Amino acid sequence: MPISYSIQIINLLASMLLLIAFAMLSQRRILSLINLFAWQGLVLSLSTFVVAYSTDQHHLYYSAGLTLLLKVMVLPWLLHRLIRKLNVKWDVETLINIPTTMLVGIGLVIFAFNLAAPISQLSESITRGLIGIALASVLLSLLMMLTRRKAVPQVVGFLAMENGLFFAATSATHGMPLVVELGIALDVLVATFIFGIFFFQIRETFDSLDITNMEKLKDD
Amino acid sequence: MRRGERAGQVSLSRVALATPVRLISKSVKKIRMDIVGVLPLDVAGAVIVLWLALGLLGLALQRSPHLITNVIFPVGAIVSLALAATGLWALGEAASYAVLPMGLPDLPLHLRLDPLSAFFLILLGGASFGVSLFSAGYFKSMQDNTLGLLCLEYHLFLASMALVLLADDAYMFMVAWETMALSSYFLVTTDHHVPDIRKAGFLYLLIAHVGAIGILLSFGVMQGGHGIGAYTFAAMRDAHLSAFWSSVAFLLALFGFGAKAGLLPLHVWLPEAHPAAPSPVSALMSGIMLKTAIYGILRVTFDLLGAQQWWWGVLALALGLITAIFGVMFAAVQGDMKRLLAYSSIENIGLLLVGIGLTIIFHVYGKDALAALSLTATLYHSLNHAFFKSLLFIGTGSILHATGERNMGHMGGLIRHMPWVAVLMLVGVLSISGLPPFNGFVSEWLLLQAFLLSPGLPNSYINMLIPVAAAVIALAAALAAYVMVKFYGIIFLGQPRGEAREQPHDAGIWERIGLSWLALGCVVLGLAPVFVVRQLDLVTQVLVGRGLGNAAAGWLFLAPVDIERASYSPVYFLLAVLGVMLVTAVVVHYFYHGRLRRGPAWDCGFPAQTSRMQDTAEGFGQPIRRIFEPFFRIESELPSPFDTHPRYHGRSDDRLWFALYLPIKRITEKLSSWASLLQHGRIHLYLTYTFVTLIVLLAFV
Repeated sequence: MPISYSIQIINLLASMLLLIAFAMLSQRRILSLINLFAWQGLVLSLSTFVVAYSTDQHHLYYSAGLTLLLKVMVLPWLLHRLIRKLNVKWDVETLINIPTTMLVGIGLVIFAFNLAAPISQLSESITRGLIGIALASVLLSLLMMLTRRKAVPQVVGFLAMENGLFFAATSATHGMPLVVELGIALDVLVATFIFGIFFFQIRETFDSLDITNMEKLKDD
Repeated sequence: MRRGERAGQVSLSRVALATPVRLISKSVKKIRMDIVGVLPLDVAGAVIVLWLALGLLGLALQRSPHLITNVIFPVGAIVSLALAATGLWALGEAASYAVLPMGLPDLPLHLRLDPLSAFFLILLGGASFGVSLFSAGYFKSMQDNTLGLLCLEYHLFLASMALVLLADDAYMFMVAWETMALSSYFLVTTDHHVPDIRKAGFLYLLIAHVGAIGILLSFGVMQGGHGIGAYTFAAMRDAHLSAFWSSVAFLLALFGFGAKAGLLPLHVWLPEAHPAAPSPVSALMSGIMLKTAIYGILRVTFDLLGAQQWWWGVLALALGLITAIFGVMFAAVQGDMKRLLAYSSIENIGLLLVGIGLTIIFHVYGKDALAALSLTATLYHSLNHAFFKSLLFIGTGSILHATGERNMGHMGGLIRHMPWVAVLMLVGVLSISGLPPFNGFVSEWLLLQAFLLSPGLPNSYINMLIPVAAAVIALAAALAAYVMVKFYGIIFLGQPRGEAREQPHDAGIWERIGLSWLALGCVVLGLAPVFVVRQLDLVTQVLVGRGLGNAAAGWLFLAPVDIERASYSPVYFLLAVLGVMLVTAVVVHYFYHGRLRRGPAWDCGFPAQTSRMQDTAEGFGQPIRRIFEPFFRIESELPSPFDTHPRYHGRSDDRLWFALYLPIKRITEKLSSWASLLQHGRIHLYLTYTFVTLIVLLAFV
């Protein structure tokens, strides 16, 4: 595949990643949110694969496979199971209404692109210009964590943030050493398990997964 | 750990320094020991390892408390004795060094055993021998599940104190120092279910940490920014600091070690923590741990800092005097026997600091003979205090077990039920009061000699100040005797106060052995001052470059400067006292009419007396409370004369607590309440902080 095609494809995938990040920001239903997260993982995995193919780096194939396995299958499955067990298929409640959130999100994307412009000039790789997108999706995920009231969407936000970082690492800069990637993958998995345990504990303590209840834990 | 290292022959380095004085018998022993190839430091290291092993063994033997009390504590005591013997041996040897293959990168752990460390090892080993033996009996009544932990912490505490004395770099020193603070904190809070004890423990830990910061900063100043390798004491000795920076280092060290020693105004933890701790622990803390702070001040001032300033000495002298008077004043008005002893410890620390201050002044002005005299007095008094204060503290432990009371107002007449404890504590009481022929007299006499011989310093202000200081010392010593009359009289003499409890029982066999050892120490240190001073000379040689020596020939008389001027012979004194007593007994026996009549004690011819008519602890302290009224914060409620159930309530508090500590507490609370404005407990808000920080950093950095 000629280089130009691969750049085109990666750019396409990158824009899809950003689009999915916006979709997650505007999503009101928790199950769809998790599905979107899985889609984002798939896009990420594909883009890693394309980068691996075009630059002929073998270890990126492993990362692509790992991403596919973990972020498209295992984590969504875990989250689905968690929701079934907790029986929390409610609509996502937000702190700020969704149109405002979207507007703030657009502002963040502009900010991220502005910020990434000087860095992109320095980069010599085929994939410069993607750093802005990666940064934007990290910030959007963080914004999602900020604006959600319940615990499960916050965790999805956390995982999506990790997706953005991973994208920055693989697509934009040709990846980190495999050991580091394996470590991060394991971290994410463990974090999900721990969050799962926390959900049960939080519900047990407050009879709800609404994290605003945790204010009561404060000592006066 | 030393063995494997020697096989490697890599990181172990030993340097021998020539000691100026070596006695003939010592060198014979040295040759023999060199053939075996064992240095004092090896033995001391082995002792530390043994203590740690014993502690862990105690934890493992949690299920069988009999083994812990009957085997581990006595074995630990024997190890203590071995440490004291090692110290005595190392006193006459060259300093020995070791570098352990652990620690920080570029800073392995350094150990060093020189005469100053050796002296304090003797103190540690000698006093802890008695205390450990006593503990073997004292802790029998403890619940078994805490006994194992207690045994671990106790031996860890001893080992860390020994490591503090052996450390030869700042890192090792601080690690050992903090281990000492933490293990003693857990020992203080043994009865942690009592809220007051938890509070006392917290106060202790807080002040210990504030002090540790001071010490750490002092080491930082002495290190002088020369990289991590300069944190060894050897590098600090070689660094030549300017007068300003060495003064900063001295002040920080005085603050840091003063917090541990109980120097005014950092003394507040002592009267809280000592009563809270179990008695053997109070004995270790008061008798030995406070001396590690004295060791630290001596080490920094005379060893690590090359040149001293005269005003350091004046500062130490003034602080010491205030501390001594303050301590003894508050001791006089206490009703709780352990608080009384804690305040008395503050007084003794004050005396030690006075000695150190005087040594600095003399040393700066080149009067090394006098510097040696006052340093000898300081070291001698440290050793004495370790023995008699440990004795008194563990004695209060026996009393506490026998009566279940700490308040002296409920005691009285215990001499009839506890003759062993009474007699042995009498030795301690006489020693601490500074009465000949016991040990307290010797050191206080030497200190006063140093004062009296002081005229002729080139600074006229100091010349005027020193006689005043001598008068204050004399006042403190006299008041200390007054306090001890109260202590002994209220507890052991007179009639039982309050309602009769079950018959108080005398101390058990282990407790008697422990008490006897410490009492024996008080007597021997009092009777053989010439021998002790000769050993102390080896230390003063190193610190101020000169030994005191003995102007008198023979071992009977101690004459610090000139036999014509002042000399003291405890043996003749003892013989004279015994002789007078014997003559009196004989004379009474032959010339008195021989009728023996027994009546109620203290009745003064009044038949209807009750035990309430005796002098009470409060009553005995009343004159002091009146005379020094401005220093106390007194609350008292006097009942009206017509009250049929009169109750008296009186309390004397420390003004410093209200004037200094409570404002600091209020300021801290105010600051933390501002900080807590950020803490809402809302995750969204925390995430917003993160978000805003991220955006700001990205935008501007």
